Amino acid sequence: MAAPCVSCSAALSRRLFLGTRVVLARSQGLWKASAAGAQAGSGPQLSRLIHTTVVTTKKSVPASRREVYTEDFIKKQIEEFNLGKRHLANMMGEDPETFTQEDVDRAITYLFPSGLFEKRARPIMKHPEQIFPKQRAVQWGEDGRPFHFLFYTGKQSYYSLMHDIYGKILQVENQQNQLLPKSLLPENTEVLDLIGSRWLIKEELEEMLVEKLSDQDYTQLIRLLEKLGRLASGPAEQEFVSRFRRSLAVQSKRQEVPPVQHDAQGMPFSTGQGRRKTATAEAVVSGHGSGRIRVNGVDYLRYFPVMQDREQLMFPLHFLDRLGKHDVTCTVSGGGRSAQAGAIRLAVARALCSFVSEDEVEWMRQAGLLTTDPRVRERKKPGQEGARRKFTWKKR
Amino acid sequence: TSATMLKGVTRLISRVHKLDPRCFLHVGSQGPQSIQVQVERPRTISRTSESDPAQHGEQHEGRHYSIPFQELKTVFPHGLPPRFVMQVKTFGEACLMVRKPALELLHYLKNTNFAHPAVRYVLYGERGTGKTLSLCHVIHFCAKHGWLILHIPDAHLWVKNCRELLQSTYNKQRFDQPLEASTWLKNFKTTNECFLSQIKVQEKYVWSKRESTEKGSPLGEVVEQGITRIKNATDAVGIVLKELKRQSSSGLFHLLVAVDGVNALWGRTTLKREDKSPIAPEELALIYNLRKMMRNDWHGGATVLTLSQTGSLFKPSKAYLPHELLGKEGFDALDPFLPILVSNYNLKEFESCIHYYLENNWLQHEKAPTEEGKKELLFLSDANPTQLERLCAYL
Repeated sequence: MAAPCVSCSAALSRRLFLGTRVVLARSQGLWKASAAGAQAGSGPQLSRLIHTTVVTTKKSVPASRREVYTEDFIKKQIEEFNLGKRHLANMMGEDPETFTQEDVDRAITYLFPSGLFEKRARPIMKHPEQIFPKQRAVQWGEDGRPFHFLFYTGKQSYYSLMHDIYGKILQVENQQNQLLPKSLLPENTEVLDLIGSRWLIKEELEEMLVEKLSDQDYTQLIRLLEKLGRLASGPAEQEFVSRFRRSLAVQSKRQEVPPVQHDAQGMPFSTGQGRRKTATAEAVVSGHGSGRIRVNGVDYLRYFPVMQDREQLMFPLHFLDRLGKHDVTCTVSGGGRSAQAGAIRLAVARALCSFVSEDEVEWMRQAGLLTTDPRVRERKKPGQEGARRKFTWKKR
Repeated sequence: TSATMLKGVTRLISRVHKLDPRCFLHVGSQGPQSIQVQVERPRTISRTSESDPAQHGEQHEGRHYSIPFQELKTVFPHGLPPRFVMQVKTFGEACLMVRKPALELLHYLKNTNFAHPAVRYVLYGERGTGKTLSLCHVIHFCAKHGWLILHIPDAHLWVKNCRELLQSTYNKQRFDQPLEASTWLKNFKTTNECFLSQIKVQEKYVWSKRESTEKGSPLGEVVEQGITRIKNATDAVGIVLKELKRQSSSGLFHLLVAVDGVNALWGRTTLKREDKSPIAPEELALIYNLRKMMRNDWHGGATVLTLSQTGSLFKPSKAYLPHELLGKEGFDALDPFLPILVSNYNLKEFESCIHYYLENNWLQHEKAPTEEGKKELLFLSDANPTQLERLCAYL
């Protein structure tokens, strides 16, 4: 038997453990006794046998390949998932028939609250297709003969796709050549593709084809698709091409402009909030004013003695050319002097959005006045003196 | 290549330095005379040709008037803020702006009743609003009218960073500051040369076994003694103060006591004895004598004081009101006084200041003369004179 021989070498080195293990074996009683009874042998051999289950060989463990999930396994997982969803719905007191994935997520965050910062480390319950990576089914039959005719290219789905697209191009060109002497019906539907959508990126394509692609392969595919798109083709081809495109959300529509409010005297004003590092600011910008700014009840010249901070305050007003036209009253707390200045600048810019046309809001957004600065203090790592600074390297 | 071409294009936008015929930076002392002579030059927005402060009135508000160099040397050997001195040197002329607080003070001084005890005027305001220069305006007026000027440029200099502290010969508990006292005496002499021979000392002062000043000798001798014998400088200062206070009531002369940063007299000092224990201000002979001067038990003149946070010790930077900076002790000592608030420029003064800088070709930025440029400057400096001056220095 190979197993005890292997364990001999290990057992010799772990003589200390022998004793303890034997003690444990004697003290624990019933189930150990039954195990001992099952394996015939004297004391040392008994402990050696127990050791075989526990000991790890000192040989290096080879790198694990990706586990292959069989189709049956995936199907079983899907069934378990659906059952689990129904159980969860019952637990939460909701109707199992209309229990959507969002409800599942909410239920899981409620039942398993986690304080982990990394969102991907928190408990999730999703459909197995999203959890288990897509793997290709077995590509060849029992006789060893592959199913697909392009199997021996190595990237069968990629080449088959290229083949399909080229076939379609030839087809469309043939149709056009036939229609040319008669009457041509140009359908300018290519333009729709280009605006508001983008081609799939290489990673998304790899995911779709479940195959590794190289950069050159990717560029060739996109070129072919562009060629197909440029030809005046029917709706079927357009739909085929649009499968490889994703839509882009229009950036500027996302701005929420706060409405202009009016106070007791009928003066228009608007509020805005801003944050920078640890500082939070809230600014109230009044519509008609002479350009006075008060921060926490103090004149801004006294609150920010440094020119740099006042320049930051000036930026949104100067950009919109409204320097002496608005009065600002703001409160700010937290952070340092630069952070407070940045927070007030953001708050004032957001408040000014309501007094200003949409174009100017877009210009402000492009100037970076309406974006919260994401830079926060980086944490210090262990083994280093600061976030990036390492300890002084000593040669010896 | 396209990048370098672009660079070349941007560098071509050079600023043309207009050679103004009045640009007399290379001319020596001939410059100011030319200003005085050319009265036919049209009165620009920011200037006035009226150089006598007595004639300054409401209509001159916001305008700059220039002080001739001769008067500058006699009246202000030590009173002007250092940045202003640099500006005078650069522009070749000393121009002060006529502002409301100064006009108010001048009005009061013109109507002083010399039979009543001296009134104490206190100029207060936030940092950089122009208190010291208003004081200088008033001093110039008094000097022109023949008053005796007792000007202490910065009382804070006497309570900090003193190299030598000697035990006073006059009073064992007090300390002498020979260096500060002797410098002050020198400047005092420059300002009031003519008076020193007229005023006679009314007591005999013995300096040491061999030196003494007889009764009836001119005050100039006391001042000389202080300057030459530095050890006795502090006592000389004390004597000068005492004599002037006593004799101003006689009517021979009008006395103007001008102290900048008077809150130093009642604050704390950073000076320490040899055993590292702190010294209170009253233990310094100079401060003690000056405090006696501050009392309004004399008549025949006026006292103009300025509060200053900039040089003060142990005071928060936002403090500017009299009771904050003087403390209880100082406030009681100075009470009753007439407070005069000095605030930032109003729009007219701001425009005038910018115009003055533009006239002297100080602002070289293309956008400086435009409306938007002015708005930017107004916002960034908030019409504070110091901030505006520092900002314009970069442009």
